[in-house]
Amino acid sequence: MKPYEKKNVFRKIKIWTAVVVVLAIYVWAFAGAPIIEIKETALAAMKGMFNGLIHPDWGYVYDPEGEDLLRSLLETFAIAVLGTFISAILCIPFALVAARNISKSRTTSSFFKVVLSAIRVFPELILALIFIKAVGLGPAAGIMALGLHSIGMLGKLISEAIEDLDLSATESIVASGGNKLQVLWFAVLPAVLPAFLSYTLYRFEISVRAAAILGIVGAGGIGAPLIFALNGHSWDRVGIILIGIVVMVTIIDVISASIRRRIV
Amino acid sequence: MEAMRIRRMARIKKTVTFLIIIALVWISIVQTGFSLSTILTGLPNMRSLIDEMFPPDWSYFSSITEPMLATIRMAVLGTTFGAIFAIPVALLASRNVAKIPVVYQIARFIMNLIRTVPELLLAALFVPIFGIGEVSGILAISVFSFGIIAKLLYESIEAIDPGPLEAMTAVGANKVQWIFYGVVPQVVAHFMSYTLYSFEINVRAAAVLGYVGAGGIGLTLNNALSFYQYDRVLTIILYTFLVVLLIDLISNRIREKLI
Repeated sequence: MKPYEKKNVFRKIKIWTAVVVVLAIYVWAFAGAPIIEIKETALAAMKGMFNGLIHPDWGYVYDPEGEDLLRSLLETFAIAVLGTFISAILCIPFALVAARNISKSRTTSSFFKVVLSAIRVFPELILALIFIKAVGLGPAAGIMALGLHSIGMLGKLISEAIEDLDLSATESIVASGGNKLQVLWFAVLPAVLPAFLSYTLYRFEISVRAAAILGIVGAGGIGAPLIFALNGHSWDRVGIILIGIVVMVTIIDVISASIRRRIV
Repeated sequence: MEAMRIRRMARIKKTVTFLIIIALVWISIVQTGFSLSTILTGLPNMRSLIDEMFPPDWSYFSSITEPMLATIRMAVLGTTFGAIFAIPVALLASRNVAKIPVVYQIARFIMNLIRTVPELLLAALFVPIFGIGEVSGILAISVFSFGIIAKLLYESIEAIDPGPLEAMTAVGANKVQWIFYGVVPQVVAHFMSYTLYSFEINVRAAAVLGYVGAGGIGLTLNNALSFYQYDRVLTIILYTFLVVLLIDLISNRIREKLI
């Protein structure tokens, strides 16, 4: 066999193994798949939801006393702001030690990269459940959960942005007798600032969505009224809350995306 | 003079940005009543909670394998359905394929609308309709991954090389042939990569969907939490952690090879 033929055979084997593995996964998945049974209540629920979206409970939008939509949305927004703010500050040291060109050694960098992905793996919701046990029900648990979870993603993105930097400016600072802190302040920080702001905004967009559901476990925001309305089958209220979430998320996405486009 | 003016403008812009951020944070602190003392008073509770978690209940590992597999199955099925539905919508949303502004604007509007709704919220909406269980979870994951994959896919379709497409038009190919031989070969690797990426996200999401009754390991976690069995909670968390890490690792490796 000629070398290229050998390579071809090898490639074929590889492709077929992949096909067999994927097929096996699907056979397994479909064999265990649950059967969809439509319950009698399903139609009523669907109709209710649909009606709720068409005739939402406008009275819930603003209520001078007590719980209303605007206040809950504002709280959701505030949770996302604080969570993002905390993680944006806390992720900086992580990003620096995880960046290969700043960190002292390859091992330190890889170690902190693993730490960052470990942080990312924990869903906000589980973190929120744990923090609720510590600080009680309310927005504080949600803020802490988002603040901790977002470090993982922000730290990773920013450390990669630092790795892409051209560090020739640092050499001239070192050459003229600057210390490590001065290098960070005058060379790394200004260069990475646009990426940092852009990623923080991007993370903020994600955090707003996350904050909207944290209330389901009692960590503040719009999630709690939503789950109460769902459990109580008050579809008109479900409708207005859904509309509220979609409108808020869309507005924030549009503003944030336009700022991000200007930064980078 | 001009340089000075520009520099002054830049400084004003920086100051304004800084002030806006401070104002946002301050408003948020007032709104939520968040303070450092909340964290500090919570610390002892956190301590005792962690003490209760250790050592994890190792014997529990074997009994949560079934819900864990169900979680992965939900993610596999949901991602697949989402990916399949994403293809036509992504094609319709691409300017260079759909050609008609009304069509791609509508397709994009639907995509953006769906992407604003978080996964868990979708699950919470499906549970009253399809009942407690995996079906609601699979549907929620399908809709959610549809949003991600369709968005990423249409962006790569718009970025394809127009050369082969023009050549096909020139030789008189019809629209279906045009898509199959002109568009698909250029984006199929991206499509697979995005599907895997969305699968990674979905495994993580599937692990918590059970909290609203949509099946999987989240349901088990919720039970353990409500019975204060924190050693079991830690076992579940560790198990989820291992599975997610493993899937991320494999998926990342494949994605690197794809593109």
